[in-house]
Amino acid sequence: MTDTNDTRPHMPLGLAQRGYTGVIQHLSAREAGSALSDIELESRLIELGFVEGARVEVLHEGLVGRDPIAVRVDSITIAVRRREAMAVIVA
Amino acid sequence: MELPLLHLALVGTPNSGKTSLFNALTGSRQKVANYPGVTVERKEGFFVTPLGRQVSVVDLPGTYSLRGRSPDEEITRDFVLGKASGETVPDLVLCVADSTNLRLTIRLLLELKRTGRPMVLVLNMFDIAARRGITVDVERLAKELGLPVVTSIAVRRGGTANLLKLTDEISAKLAAEAEASSWRALSVSELRATQREADRIIADCVSLPARPDTWTARIDAVVLHPVGGLVVLTLILFVMFQAVFAWAQPAMDLLKSGFDALGELVQATLPDGLLQSFLQNGVISGVGSVIVFLPQIILIFLFILLLEDFGYMARAAFLMDRIMGGAGLHGRAFIPLLSSFACAIPGIMATRVIDNKRDRLTTILIAPLMTCSARIPVYTLIISAFIPAKDVWGFINLQGLVMFGLYAAGIASALVVSFLIKFFMLRDFAPAPFMLELPDYKMPRLKSIAIGIYTRAKMFLVRAGTTIFSMMVLIWFLASFPQPPAGATEPAIEFSLAAMIGKALEPLLAPVGFNWQIAVALIPGMAAREVAVAALGTVYAIEGGKEAAEQIGQVLATKWSLATALSMLAWYIFAPQCASTLAVIRRETGSWAWMAVTFTYMLVLAYAASLLTYNVAVALGAG
Ligand SMILES: Nc1nc2c(ncn2[C@@H]2O[C@H](COP(=O)(O)OP(=O)(O)OP(=O)(O)O)[C@@H](O)[C@H]2O)c(=O)[nH]1
Ligand SMILES: [Mg+2]
Repeated sequence: MTDTNDTRPHMPLGLAQRGYTGVIQHLSAREAGSALSDIELESRLIELGFVEGARVEVLHEGLVGRDPIAVRVDSITIAVRRREAMAVIVA
Repeated sequence: MELPLLHLALVGTPNSGKTSLFNALTGSRQKVANYPGVTVERKEGFFVTPLGRQVSVVDLPGTYSLRGRSPDEEITRDFVLGKASGETVPDLVLCVADSTNLRLTIRLLLELKRTGRPMVLVLNMFDIAARRGITVDVERLAKELGLPVVTSIAVRRGGTANLLKLTDEISAKLAAEAEASSWRALSVSELRATQREADRIIADCVSLPARPDTWTARIDAVVLHPVGGLVVLTLILFVMFQAVFAWAQPAMDLLKSGFDALGELVQATLPDGLLQSFLQNGVISGVGSVIVFLPQIILIFLFILLLEDFGYMARAAFLMDRIMGGAGLHGRAFIPLLSSFACAIPGIMATRVIDNKRDRLTTILIAPLMTCSARIPVYTLIISAFIPAKDVWGFINLQGLVMFGLYAAGIASALVVSFLIKFFMLRDFAPAPFMLELPDYKMPRLKSIAIGIYTRAKMFLVRAGTTIFSMMVLIWFLASFPQPPAGATEPAIEFSLAAMIGKALEPLLAPVGFNWQIAVALIPGMAAREVAVAALGTVYAIEGGKEAAEQIGQVLATKWSLATALSMLAWYIFAPQCASTLAVIRRETGSWAWMAVTFTYMLVLAYAASLLTYNVAVALGAG
């Protein structure tokens, strides 16, 4: 099982490998470089359940550049591109 | 006193079963499928509650919030907030939730509460929740949320009984004046707080077993494998096109011999003359030659419906996202494009789920390049007349292979066009994000597949009976009049209006290898692609007399060169031969200009492709 205590380094979900599991620490849209504005990106991520404390697991990744990724967020599976997933900081 | 009509609205996150519920309540047959973003329009239906109250219910596109990020979500927002012009605000909002996945819906519900509309939470898909061992403390949930909560199973008979009962109870005591709406778009921190609140309520009222859907995980391990997944996707598409060719044949043969028998009967019972010619050449050879393709159309719809109901479509979008991104397309464009294999019209409508305007426009422009089912008759007719039905490498049917090639050519050209659009017109924009929920797989439901196929088959037959039939009457008339002078030795059609028109156009089309008969068929073929087949059937039947009345394929094989046939196939990959598609493009883009652009670019491509194909084929000796 995953160790989710504070000692784990924080990292963007966008860099996580397949099989990674962790807990969302915070959102940081500024670092993502998405086409969306920071506020819009953050709103959308929250609307899809990416909020602090949610458990995430990277289930699948695409072929080209291992992108997009399919992420289990608590009870649902969401496909996102790594670029947007950079805004989700996990540990 | 007669009570006024009660207005309900179905709101909820995508894929939570709103349309299924709508169908269950009203007995309608709106499209239901297992991926987010099926419904993109507002649909109203009516029913009567057990206590006799007249109710109007409106099905809306699914949405995660009221912010209205894409055209479909705007429809929902405007309706709920009463912004849609000439619409009454709903008396009661039914917030429909997928019980296996409450987090996002409860947050949406907390947001919806601010609109001040009376509301009910409908815990739909309760059967799946029960099967997975999810238990919901309904009473407690109702208390926490401060509104009534009912469970429902939209796809089971009687599964909406609780909801109907509740509707009666509520409608009896609905306040005449609802609260004023205090809704405004939530700030990020409000959103976050709402989601926290939702999570707290769920933690209090719902117990989740730590047992996700293992079937979905197992299937996804194969289907979403970076390489394996693409192999599976290619295989599915390949089998689909092979099947359309191979499996439909027996049923088509049966239909064909049925029409042949009918033609002979008409010939045997009616005296020679105009009536006989009209029935035999206009109706049976014309409309009949299109109806013969019903089995193939059913088969392609069957495949697409199965994939949609199973839950594969969202996966395909996932697999194709980056690959299509290379051509400047958005991953969300995949589902609209795949539905365009059935028909471009629903495909173009489905682009409403794409929030980025440029991505949406690009998808609309290339959707007609996907090989829609109306091209099947044209392709099949020519392929079976000109391509030998032999096997290559022992197991692949050559005709099926050519068919697959035509589909592939459509896809490839769509990608190229999209790439060019990105390159020349809409340069330098950052790719819009791709975020899509991947729903759990569901066993396709026999009833919904059957209804889907029935609706499509009916549409096809109605079209054959109306558009195609009236075009056929016109063509038969043009091909039969004026009648030849007495003592003429050439075939009667040589004297007809059709021949005059066709021959006037022939010089234009001669470079691509089309004769005047094809020219005649192409014009009414603008109304609908299949009309061309019917028109060829009629023209050649009248020209060839009684012997040629049937077997249009064999007639073509003797009258056309292989180069002409190939050129015709190339033409149909591109040609904008469908008035309804153009009308939908005009409506969805809100602009005549984009419609004109689509028409022109497709026509130019068609002509160029045919020109190239014909000349290469002639050079290779197929002239
Ligand atoms: N087992 C079960 N399946 C259901 C139930 N309700 C809906 N479904 C299935 O869930 C899927 C989604 O249903 P839809 O009615 O299309 O969902 P929707 O909310 O209209 O979706 P959008 O229009 O995309 O927002 C379909 O595959 C339905 O067959 C239910 O109560 N039980
Ligand atoms: Mg729907």
